[in-house]
Amino acid sequence: MTAISVSGLNKWYGSYHALRDIDLTVEPGERIVVCGPSGSGKSTLIRCLNRLEDHQSGSIVVNGTPLTDDLKNLSAVRREVGMVFQHFNLFPHLTVLENCALPQILARGTRRAEAEARARRYLERVRIPEQSAKFPGQLSGGQQQRVAIARALCMEPKVMLFDEPTSALDPEMIKEVLETMIALADDGMTMIVVTHEMGFARRVADRVIFMDAGQIVEQAPPEDFFGNPHHARTREFLEQIVH
Amino acid sequence: MTSVTEHPPLAAQTPPAKARTPLVRLLFGDALSALLTLLALGLILALLPALDWAILDAVWRTEDPDACRQGGACWAYVHDKARLILFGIYPPDQHWRPLLVIGLILAMVLASLSPRLWGARLLAIWGLSLLAMLGLMQGGFLGLPLVPTSQWGGLPVTLLLAVLSLGIGFPFAVALALGRRSALPVPRLVSVGLIELVRGLPLVGVLFVASILLPLLLPEGWTIDKLGRTLAALTVFAAVYLAEVIRGGLQGVDKGQGEAAQALGIPFWKTIWHIILPQAIQKVIPPLTNTAIIMVKNTSLVMIVGVFDMLGAGRAAAADPAWPAPYTETYLFVALMYFLICIAISLYSRWLEQTVKNRSHS
Ligand SMILES: Nc1ncnc2c1ncn2[C@@H]1O[C@H](COP(=O)(O)OP(=O)(O)O)[C@@H](O)[C@H]1O
Ligand SMILES: [Mg+2]
Repeated sequence: MTAISVSGLNKWYGSYHALRDIDLTVEPGERIVVCGPSGSGKSTLIRCLNRLEDHQSGSIVVNGTPLTDDLKNLSAVRREVGMVFQHFNLFPHLTVLENCALPQILARGTRRAEAEARARRYLERVRIPEQSAKFPGQLSGGQQQRVAIARALCMEPKVMLFDEPTSALDPEMIKEVLETMIALADDGMTMIVVTHEMGFARRVADRVIFMDAGQIVEQAPPEDFFGNPHHARTREFLEQIVH
Repeated sequence: MTSVTEHPPLAAQTPPAKARTPLVRLLFGDALSALLTLLALGLILALLPALDWAILDAVWRTEDPDACRQGGACWAYVHDKARLILFGIYPPDQHWRPLLVIGLILAMVLASLSPRLWGARLLAIWGLSLLAMLGLMQGGFLGLPLVPTSQWGGLPVTLLLAVLSLGIGFPFAVALALGRRSALPVPRLVSVGLIELVRGLPLVGVLFVASILLPLLLPEGWTIDKLGRTLAALTVFAAVYLAEVIRGGLQGVDKGQGEAAQALGIPFWKTIWHIILPQAIQKVIPPLTNTAIIMVKNTSLVMIVGVFDMLGAGRAAAADPAWPAPYTETYLFVALMYFLICIAISLYSRWLEQTVKNRSHS
């Protein structure tokens, strides 16, 4: 079964046409990197995939469940899809451990002991088990983002969405977050990552997608995408971000 | 070639001690300080005669009311009437009951201080213990003589009115605040309408409506106890003021918080209760404290509709013709009680704010 299949997706903010006729298929285990200029609709696209934004036409099917207004479908989809945000969006009033444990309890009815054990396991996996009693505000940006990844993983999603996970970080912290994401990719997680970290794209992506003005302009495996871009807009964009 | 300068090994350095400001500079350092210092000195001098009255010429202990006729403060009277002021006309042989209620409220407050313990369980315990307190005051079971609410009075009434109006008002306040921010027109209009209506009325007006108009409006045969009506009025009043404070807090919570909860699949109401509200409330601790203190003091207005709160009981005590009209002493004593309650709330909120702050910065 395809992990995500999007066809003929259109999205308007009021009268502003933010996504135009998007078609996209993601197979299980596939890693997709999405790039494109600011305002091109990258965030909007991945936010449609777990319905943080609703769409006006076209269809989105996640693991066989169509995204509609049906609340049952919606919660089924959100169970399968984890999301990591640019600004982490950790819950500042909860400790690191609670950030990872409480959502399981609230969303799944997991028993506390089990939720905490799983939280510890994933905090270990993102290599910050020793911070579990601290509050998010007491951690560095890179650590916070790794906690956010652990929090999403605790829901044991089948697909992970990343919206510019490193662009709010100081340069010296980007690496630790990217390494965590690479490890996740190596474990076979299906990932859609909006990022301008081209090193990461080359290393991890099966496919790179370039968006501009709400459209998918070009998609190709990284070698082709970086070595032999077809569209003038892609070349222009790549020239800008290489410097 | 570049020359290499030798750096001495970095010793751990303590920050330089902050120089103490000399007292004279502190008091007279600039024009404003000097002015304030002089004003304060003037105030102290002006208050000296009052000090004479309150301490030197005061009558501290006497059985004889006539000993109080020489012009000093009559603290003996406060001593004599303390029980009347604290418990109103509650039957004297049953005074252990309101005393126990005060103790219970204090114990519950102390047990609730640490934010770690906040949650559904603590709320349930509060609910049960408040019911127990009301039962204890009222009696009529287990051999406890029945004491109707018309005989309740003094400090327990003040405390119960404050705690209950704030406590019952709070969930309504949350509902009103959420309603006011809702995208749905009906909840929004109802919330805005109610908030603006009640905020536009003075509390005295709301109290009169509740105590005089409400019984006339109710269908024949329906009665609500006067204390209950008063409590209802205070609760409505507390709810709308708290609602506006909480709304401010809700506005301060980042949109990403709700989105993260949504993405994790946390249901809407659990998101509100566990994620959004705690953050909103943390952001508005100072104005919440302010509202709580105002509501504690507002309870003194129930006196004008004939409920014997602490102030009402104090006035009733002072009306005893045997003593030479010791109103000033009574009011000072009652004021002291209010002051102690309010300063305690204020100190607590300062501590709470600091605790919350310590979490967000290492
Ligand atoms: N909530 C919103 N309301 C109106 N316009 C929006 C909203 N969110 C995004 N947009 C607009 O949609 C376009 C695409 O935004 P976005 O998906 O965030 O771009 P990107 O993530 O590629 O930078 C932008 O022009 C942005 O201004
Ligand atoms: Mg974006």
